[in-house]
Amino acid sequence: MDTTTTETKKMGKKEDAGKAGHPAAAAPAAARKAGEMLSGSETVLEILLAEGVKTVFGYPGGAIMPVYDALYNYQDKINHILVRHEQGSIHAAQGYARASGKVGVVFATSGPGATNLVTGLADAMIDSTPLVCITGQVYAHLLGTDAFQETDVINITTPVTKWNYQVTDPVEIPTVLAKAFYIARSGRPGPVLVDITKNAQIQTAEYPGYQKCTHIRSYRPKPIVREEYLEEAAKLINAAQKPFVLFGQGVILGKAENEFRHFIEKGGLPAAWTILGLSALPTDHPLNVGMLGMHGNYGPNVLTNECDVLIAVGMRFDDRVTGRLDKYAKQAKIIHLDIDPSEIDKNVKTTVPVWGDCKETLPILTRLIEKKTHPEWLETFHQYAREEMELCINPEIHPTSKILTMGEVIDQLNTLTEGKAILVTDVGQHQMVTCRYAKFTQSKSNITSGGLGTMGFGMPAAMGAKLGAGDRTVISISGDGGFQMTLQELGTIMQCQIGLKMIILNNQFLGMVRQWQELFHDKRYSFTDIQSPDYVTLAKAYQIPGKRISERSELKGALKEMLDTKGAYLLEIMVGKENNVFPMVPQGCSVAEIRLK
Amino acid sequence: MSKQEFTLTVYTENQIGLLNRIAIIFSRRKININSLNTSPSEVPGIHRFNIVIDEVEEVVKKLARQIEKQVDVLKAYYNTNDEIVWQEMALYKMPTDAVTEKVKVERLLHEFGARAIAIRKDYIVFETTGHREETDKLISFLEPFGLIEFVRSARVAIIKDSQGFHSKVKEFERREPGEEVIENEFLDKQEEVFSM
Ligand SMILES: Cc1ncc(C[n+]2csc(CCOP(=O)(O)OP(=O)(O)O)c2C)c(N)n1
Repeated sequence: MDTTTTETKKMGKKEDAGKAGHPAAAAPAAARKAGEMLSGSETVLEILLAEGVKTVFGYPGGAIMPVYDALYNYQDKINHILVRHEQGSIHAAQGYARASGKVGVVFATSGPGATNLVTGLADAMIDSTPLVCITGQVYAHLLGTDAFQETDVINITTPVTKWNYQVTDPVEIPTVLAKAFYIARSGRPGPVLVDITKNAQIQTAEYPGYQKCTHIRSYRPKPIVREEYLEEAAKLINAAQKPFVLFGQGVILGKAENEFRHFIEKGGLPAAWTILGLSALPTDHPLNVGMLGMHGNYGPNVLTNECDVLIAVGMRFDDRVTGRLDKYAKQAKIIHLDIDPSEIDKNVKTTVPVWGDCKETLPILTRLIEKKTHPEWLETFHQYAREEMELCINPEIHPTSKILTMGEVIDQLNTLTEGKAILVTDVGQHQMVTCRYAKFTQSKSNITSGGLGTMGFGMPAAMGAKLGAGDRTVISISGDGGFQMTLQELGTIMQCQIGLKMIILNNQFLGMVRQWQELFHDKRYSFTDIQSPDYVTLAKAYQIPGKRISERSELKGALKEMLDTKGAYLLEIMVGKENNVFPMVPQGCSVAEIRLK
Repeated sequence: MSKQEFTLTVYTENQIGLLNRIAIIFSRRKININSLNTSPSEVPGIHRFNIVIDEVEEVVKKLARQIEKQVDVLKAYYNTNDEIVWQEMALYKMPTDAVTEKVKVERLLHEFGARAIAIRKDYIVFETTGHREETDKLISFLEPFGLIEFVRSARVAIIKDSQGFHSKVKEFERREPGEEVIENEFLDKQEEVFSM
């Protein structure tokens, strides 16, 4: 790594930037000039500013104290959110990244601080979320001595990071951090961790100025687009009688929502989404046929095994989507568009692979396909939808029993938000119900832990989403189990005054596990009966207004009150204890064996 | 498809931690590495791994893609034994009396192409280079004569078709690498792919 460059380039900051410093600040903050001697910690903050970072989620501790000390002078430029647990910080950064499309940034100390990030890293890795996590580490001379709060963070996080690196010399910081941001956000995004030893934070080095990283010779974020493949793909699509499109988060990450819409509209192609693809296409789009997978819609699952050409865009054929693989779309020719070459043929064998960024490949494909409609084929989806409506959806959103269902809550919420809010879910039944019933009008509106299924993700992620989403309404929807996993972040919401709306759908059970116990384990409810605290009182302790309801007559009013209240609000809704989410593709079954009850 | 021996050749940056990053791609899938060699390649600054595993081709192909996906990896190839030339080195420590007294031993060492690389009063160390079966054969031959210690190196392999990595590295260093570098294996097998 060439770090000796002394090019004197001013950073892109106003000359007077330092004047607005914190009152107690001794030194002017930001816009330090190339050639100045800076501590490693100041360099970290300068690079963050140069990368356009405005929000950092973190928690201090011994090994990262020099960075926090430097941060004291940067408080007017960087909004640091002090969380209550490092897991909260990384989920918040994930929510921030997913709502804003920017890189989420986390600070944590060594040892326990860093190990508390692991769940979030794994989650961000599997859901392709761009993060840069900066962890403090013991002094370089203490590495490997079992020093106080020393853990081998690099090796612990290797399987759950796109890239990680340990800095022991302040001279490395500018290039390593520029590289970290480039790797996190380019190609298939992912989490990056930079571990900085305490001496490297303290020692000074000549600041070379900020140099954006745009190329790493061993890293190819985007495969070159080969038109010959797109021509083959177009031939298959043009000849198809029953084409079917599956789309995932690749469309959102590629910022290719419009390109995608033009593609399906020209080809008249019915399209179904994975839960991470949700909201890339408005819910009421006539070609949006619904959700794939275990708790997805009836038609999309059954018809996967009847289509003649399956076009997968930016999705990875997760087992929760495919069900039993040897009975998955065997009749279909498969076209797979993906930016990550290792996804092609990983789970499902492709007929025509299309490597590349779908922002580039989709417009070419759209140009090559014929304008068509497939009214009869689309009607088949509608037939299945009507059946599902009668057997599953109507009973869920217009129940005959007095007891509230999760589905009717989401349905009511749709009406009140007009599909404009960002919904952040935790993991379990409420997650599946929200994804199934929520209506969205714009992209990046559904944030959930898809690949890892991390309970405790929802509320902290929503906190981050609120900070990344500007004026949009952000609502977290959690179960009574998952909310209790990270509820310490109520403290963060209080202190940083984050205007987040929280809904707890309380079924007094670890619902999703209870559902499996009911269906597959003879109703042996082994340790799924879970008690809750009085959430409204708890919220009150954190100065957050709230309410508990259990009657249908209160639902609309309570939701409205929540939405109309300025600032944070917690709404606990008591729902049926033993309701199930259907349809369901039981594990180990083919998508065609989907059960409606 | 049945399992067979594959040799992966991986060109990487010289980066601390990368060995672990590559090794866990195998261990995560519970795949045993039979042999692993890593050393500088012909290109300064670039390291070369040779990794030998027993697997079906389908799996090896996926592994190669997962390896190549790592930020600090430039390129990963995989080959069957017919596509490479390879050698392993072995060292054998024998009691000196056994070797000198039993002339037969010495003669056979010549037949196996062994060289004595250390001769002491109490022991002699021989070296051979060859394929696994050859070095294995010599062990079983020497054992009855009191083989004291044995060690074998990892496999080093050269891909028969390879043009080396010098020109490739130049391509990688370009901002927009040419098609040569972004080899698309599907393209080479176009007929096969599109007739599926
Ligand atoms: C960290 C973590 N632990 C355990 C699980 C397994 N799990 C999946 S869903 C679920 C139940 C969730 O219960 P709750 O939060 O009450 O939501 P509900 O299903 O009732 O809507 C559990 C325990 C998980 N996904 N994540």
